[in-house]
Amino acid sequence: MKKIVIFSLIALLSIGSVFAAGTKESVPAQKTVTVFGAFVDEEARRFEEAIRPFEERTGIKVVYEGSKDFETLINVRVEGGNAPDIAGLPQPGLMANFASQGKLVPLWPSALALLEKNYAPVWKDLGSYKGVAYGVFHRVNAKSFVWYPKKAWDAAGYQVPKTWDELKALMDRMVRNGHTPWAVGIESGGATGWVGTDWIEDIMLRTAGPDVYDKWVGNEIPFNAPEVKKAFEILGDIWMNPKYVYGGRNTILTEGFGDSQRPLFDNPPKAWMHRQANFITGFFPEHIQANLEEEVGVFPLPAIDPKWGIPVLGGGDQFVVFNDRPEVREFMEYLQTWESAESWAKAGGALFPYLNQNLDAYPNAIERSLAEALVNAKVFRFDASDLMPASVGAGSFWEGIVDWVNGKSLDATLADIQKSWPK
Amino acid sequence: MNTKAKTIALSILFPLATLAILATGFVFLRDTKGPQVLTAVIAIIWGVGGAALLFYTVDWLVNRLRPEIARKLQPFVFVGPALLILLWYLVLPTIRSLYLSFFDASSKNFVGLANYVFAFTDGKMLESFRNNLMWIILGTGGSVGFGLLIALLAERSRAESVFKSIIFMPMAISFVGAGIIWRFVYAYKPAGEDQIGVLNALVTFFGGEPQAWFTIAPWNNIFLIIILIWLQSGYAMVIISSALKGVPAEIIEAGRIDGAGELRVIRSIIIPYIYSTLVTVSTTIVIISLKIFDIVFTMTNGNYGTEVIASVQYKQMFRFYHYGRGSAIAIVLVLAVTPVMWYNLRQFAKQEVFK
Repeated sequence: MKKIVIFSLIALLSIGSVFAAGTKESVPAQKTVTVFGAFVDEEARRFEEAIRPFEERTGIKVVYEGSKDFETLINVRVEGGNAPDIAGLPQPGLMANFASQGKLVPLWPSALALLEKNYAPVWKDLGSYKGVAYGVFHRVNAKSFVWYPKKAWDAAGYQVPKTWDELKALMDRMVRNGHTPWAVGIESGGATGWVGTDWIEDIMLRTAGPDVYDKWVGNEIPFNAPEVKKAFEILGDIWMNPKYVYGGRNTILTEGFGDSQRPLFDNPPKAWMHRQANFITGFFPEHIQANLEEEVGVFPLPAIDPKWGIPVLGGGDQFVVFNDRPEVREFMEYLQTWESAESWAKAGGALFPYLNQNLDAYPNAIERSLAEALVNAKVFRFDASDLMPASVGAGSFWEGIVDWVNGKSLDATLADIQKSWPK
Repeated sequence: MNTKAKTIALSILFPLATLAILATGFVFLRDTKGPQVLTAVIAIIWGVGGAALLFYTVDWLVNRLRPEIARKLQPFVFVGPALLILLWYLVLPTIRSLYLSFFDASSKNFVGLANYVFAFTDGKMLESFRNNLMWIILGTGGSVGFGLLIALLAERSRAESVFKSIIFMPMAISFVGAGIIWRFVYAYKPAGEDQIGVLNALVTFFGGEPQAWFTIAPWNNIFLIIILIWLQSGYAMVIISSALKGVPAEIIEAGRIDGAGELRVIRSIIIPYIYSTLVTVSTTIVIISLKIFDIVFTMTNGNYGTEVIASVQYKQMFRFYHYGRGSAIAIVLVLAVTPVMWYNLRQFAKQEVFK
């Protein structure tokens, strides 16, 4: 009996001490802002680096937490009443969802002023729900670029095409020279197909224009509308022709998107062009990355209909506020300035949308030209598959691309995607 | 009187302390932002220690009671927590899934049987029914067939244990691990490049064209099923092999004397004798085939016409956030597995596995 009493006492004491320790912890000495986002590892490190000047200047502590399962976890945390102060949402649809539930704090006048001053209007629209602005963009990416092996390209006497006709002429010239124009791979684990949806989106913007593109995103025109079908046909002219794509359809289907650029850097190149976003440089072979400016050339995917010029397709994370406190507001306003991006831009691998950014900060001519193309784009559109409902944008659209490349008829593919659109 | 009061006080204090320790540990582990290793160590101590403490406390309490009552309650001290956990983690979620399956994507609006209509009419679902049927027939048939064949052959060999060990080895590999290994077996590179996949290396060595195996529907399902057979033949072999040892030599001897050939002995004596074992092994593998997910997900993600019920369910639930459809498909899967499971358990009972 005595033993039990002693045991109970020890137990109670230990509970007491744990509680005492717990309460000590829960009173922060410092103002803290919690940020939850989708970037992890090296990207998270660069983000933390970028916000250090803010912490030093204001004394406010910013705690960043990143997760690969961000999209699932943010819903769980917000529903569980455990929302972070600020979250970086990769998809405008997530923002719209939270805004419609009244979970987000709308931007206040001083933040709105910064938004007008530092960003092109498109970023405000992308961060708004029903005319109210909630989100501010920081790191973004741009996708409409074509990469080529510069040295071999120059030696072969190829010229960067300015129009779609020039591009087609170039492709045929390559074929006559015994070269294969494109390297394409759409395999990407659970996301297989997204490379194809990016191509379609780029072609849609170049053939149908941004207004039709927006209608397509909202399903105001069906997926099997003539405009969409035309975009698939233009892509099909390239992809389904085994002379134009290295390894033909089998390679398109089975090659991982990250590795698919490798044939460009074989000697001699097994393929000569690769269309991909700015982040593909991180996948290039190491000796290419080391001499990026000398080894690699890049040009925007040319215009198809001169009416629409060269639109830029891209994406990015927007930061939104869940908990309204003065220090949270202060940090959000910091994120709207070029200062919050400069160190990350210098480190490389990221583009930023700020109008007043210093392009010299980017570490090489290539990233500089990409940032320039992004800031100067007359038309910028967000990745359509990120804007569509997940069952289409992360489902039937990706799967449709795979099935179509694997031999399913175009009409059946498009009809099936349309059928999957949630009513 | 004094001791009685003390006992009562302790009976209250002791359980309260136990609950407090458990609750504190829970709250601490939930909120802690400390180093992960330390948290893991504390979690292990709290988990194992907490379970022991809980048992000890309840056991102590029960033993304070009159012996005849204590004897009746004692079994529940042992089984109770397991039953509670089963209720919490299995029964309640199943009921909740059933409930959610009648609601829309956001679980807000009642939609009747719409999700079940989807589950039985959607193109991807019909494709997955066809594929699961292939998995059941070919996967189970292949595993049990190979298992039986190897068990029979090994028994006639002097190196029995060596052969059996080799065949059994893949059992130690997880389905995901096997998927990753077999990705390399089936890897495809365009003609003219080095084939890093074994299969294409062989094909090109004999002068053939390399094939993108995963994309060739419906055969790609068979390429995936081969992995299951590779993994499960060992399991089937071991169980069948032990059953073979139980076939009395006299009966086989008698059969041979009566002039039966080897095949006749197998067909008319051995197979009937180990029939119930074959059924048990088969039903177990049928259940695995019905639930198959890992292999498909690591190899093809359900692309190229290889979707199975579980992969469609995962996509609906966790990628499209359609909780209604995801739940409905889960219920369909449960309904499909239940009869096999019930039959399987009955077979186990017959063989007195549970005695």
